[in-house]
Amino acid sequence: MNLSVNLAGVELKNPVMTASGTFGSGMEYSELVDLNRLGAVVTKGVANVPWPGNPTPRIAETASGMLNAIGLQNPGVEVFCQRDLPFLKQFDTRVIVNVCGHTEEEYLAVVERLGDEPVDLLEINISCPNVKEGGIAFGQNPGAVERITAAVKKKAKQPVIMKLSPNVTDITETARAAEAGGADVLSLINTLTGMKIDVHRRTFALANQTGGLSGPAVKPVAVRMVYQTARAVSIPIIGMGGIRTGEDAVEFLLAGASAVSVGTANFRNPAATVEVLEGLEAYMKQYGMERISEIKLR
Amino acid sequence: MGKVKEEAQVLSQERIGVGIYSLWLRAEQIAKTAAPGQFVSLYCQDGARLLPRPISLCEIQPEQGKLRLVYRVAGAGTREFSALSAGDTVEVLGPLGNGFPLKPGKVLVVGGGIGVPPLLELARHLPGEVQLVMGYRTGETYLEQELSEAGTLYLATEDGSRGTPGNVLDAIRAHGLTAEVLYACGPLPMLRALKAFAEETGMEAWVSMEERMACGIGACLACVCQSTEVDSHSQVKNKRVCQDGPVFNAREIEL
Repeated sequence: MNLSVNLAGVELKNPVMTASGTFGSGMEYSELVDLNRLGAVVTKGVANVPWPGNPTPRIAETASGMLNAIGLQNPGVEVFCQRDLPFLKQFDTRVIVNVCGHTEEEYLAVVERLGDEPVDLLEINISCPNVKEGGIAFGQNPGAVERITAAVKKKAKQPVIMKLSPNVTDITETARAAEAGGADVLSLINTLTGMKIDVHRRTFALANQTGGLSGPAVKPVAVRMVYQTARAVSIPIIGMGGIRTGEDAVEFLLAGASAVSVGTANFRNPAATVEVLEGLEAYMKQYGMERISEIKLR
Repeated sequence: MGKVKEEAQVLSQERIGVGIYSLWLRAEQIAKTAAPGQFVSLYCQDGARLLPRPISLCEIQPEQGKLRLVYRVAGAGTREFSALSAGDTVEVLGPLGNGFPLKPGKVLVVGGGIGVPPLLELARHLPGEVQLVMGYRTGETYLEQELSEAGTLYLATEDGSRGTPGNVLDAIRAHGLTAEVLYACGPLPMLRALKAFAEETGMEAWVSMEERMACGIGACLACVCQSTEVDSHSQVKNKRVCQDGPVFNAREIEL
C-alpha cells in the first residue's frame, strides 16, 4: 500500500497532518505521538514578532465541539526559526509553517524570513476569526484574497497554501480568488465564528465574546465546503474540520481533498493523528485499495 | 516528566461533601512518577464532551499504583465522573504540570474551597513544621481528618460555624501564624490576598493556578496566565498554567 500524496511538488509519506494551532510546533505532543508517522506537522501561526494573544478564558466546550479565541499567541518568527524549526527537523515528516499577520507587510516579513529555512510549505492564515486586523478581514473578501495571495507568491520560496474561512456566503469565490492569485494549495476549513453564553454567570464564556467553533460539530459543514471547492478549483485541497477517525479522513478525501488535517481531536486523544492514519490504512485494506488516489466518489 | 495516557480502573468513589467526590483510581504508570501539586486530565465517555477535565491529585500512592482525586461537580463532565463506581474505567493523561517545590522550615499551607485537595499530598511531603489553614463555606468540611494528621490544622468558615469566622487570612491573623514559606491553592481573590500578605510579611509564596484548558500539555495556549516578566517560551508575558504551572512563585505572575 502506498499512502504518499503530492502537494505542489512536495511529497508527503501519507496524507495525515496536524491542523494549525492544535499542535504547537510538535514539541509538547512528541512525548505522546511519534511525529515520524505523520505526513506533515502544520505549526501554530507564526507572526513577524511575538503576539500576546487574547485574554482568558480563551476556550469553551460546546456540544461535540469547542470554541477558541486564543488570538494567535506566538513567539514570533525569530524564536520559531531558532528553537522550534530545529526541533521539528529531527523528525522524518514535512514541515508546514502557518503564517499570520495584521497587515500584508507583516505576512510578507514572515514569508521572507522563512525563505531560506528548512520549511516545505507555507500555509497563509487569512481566516482567523479571533484577531481584529488581518486574519479573517483578508479572508472574507475575494479581492483581498487574490491580492494577498499574489503578494505572498511573489516573495515565497516555498509552495503556498492559502487557508480559507468558512465564514463566507460562498467559499468557492474566495477559493477561486486564491487560485487566481497563484495559490498552490488550499486548506479548509478554518473555524466557524460562534458564541457561548454562560447562563449562570450571565456573561460570555469567552473573554473575546466570540470564538472559532471546531470539532466534530463542524464536520458536515467542512465536508460540504471541500466538495464545493474541489469542483470549483484545480489545485489540491487539504481538508479539515472535525476529523477524529480514519473514516472521517476518508470522507474528506471522497469529497475531493488530497490530504487531511487533524485538529481538535488531538485534545481529546493526543494520539488522534496516528489513529486517523491507522484507520485510513484499515479502510484501504478493507476495500483493496493500493493508493490514496483510488479513494474517489462513485 | 513522562506523561502517559492510560486506562485507569476505578477502585472506589464516595461523596464526601456537598457536590464533592473522592475517587480512587488505579493508574500505575501515572502514580509511579506523580508529585504533589501535579494534576491529571480525565476524559469523558460521552463523545460530545471533547475536552479533558484537569483534576488535581489529592493523594498519590506510587507503590500501590493508586491516585486519589477529590473534585467538585461543576458541570456535565464532572457529573459524568461522579457516576463512576468500582470496576469502571476512565481514560487519564498524566502526570501533568510542575508540582510544588518542597521547602524546608516552617510553612503555611493554605487552601480554600476546591483548592484544598492537592494540599493534602503536599503537606505529607513537606519536611519542616507544617501549619495548615483551610477555608470552607460552612462547617461541612471535607478531608479534615487527613489534613489534621498532616500538620497543625486551622479552620476558617464563612458562616462562622467552625474555626475562625471569615476567610483563611482571618484565620492566619487570628492565630498570629508566621512562616518562611507559604503554599496556596484556591479561588483567585484568596490567592491575590495571600500574595499581598506574603509580600508584606516577607514570605516566599507558591500558588497553584486554575484556568480553562484544552490540550493540558502546553501546546494549545488556552490556559495562560500573565507573568510579570517576558516568558522565555512564549516570548510575551504569558505562562502556560498546564505546563509552566500550575504552581508558580507568586512573584512570577500577575494575580
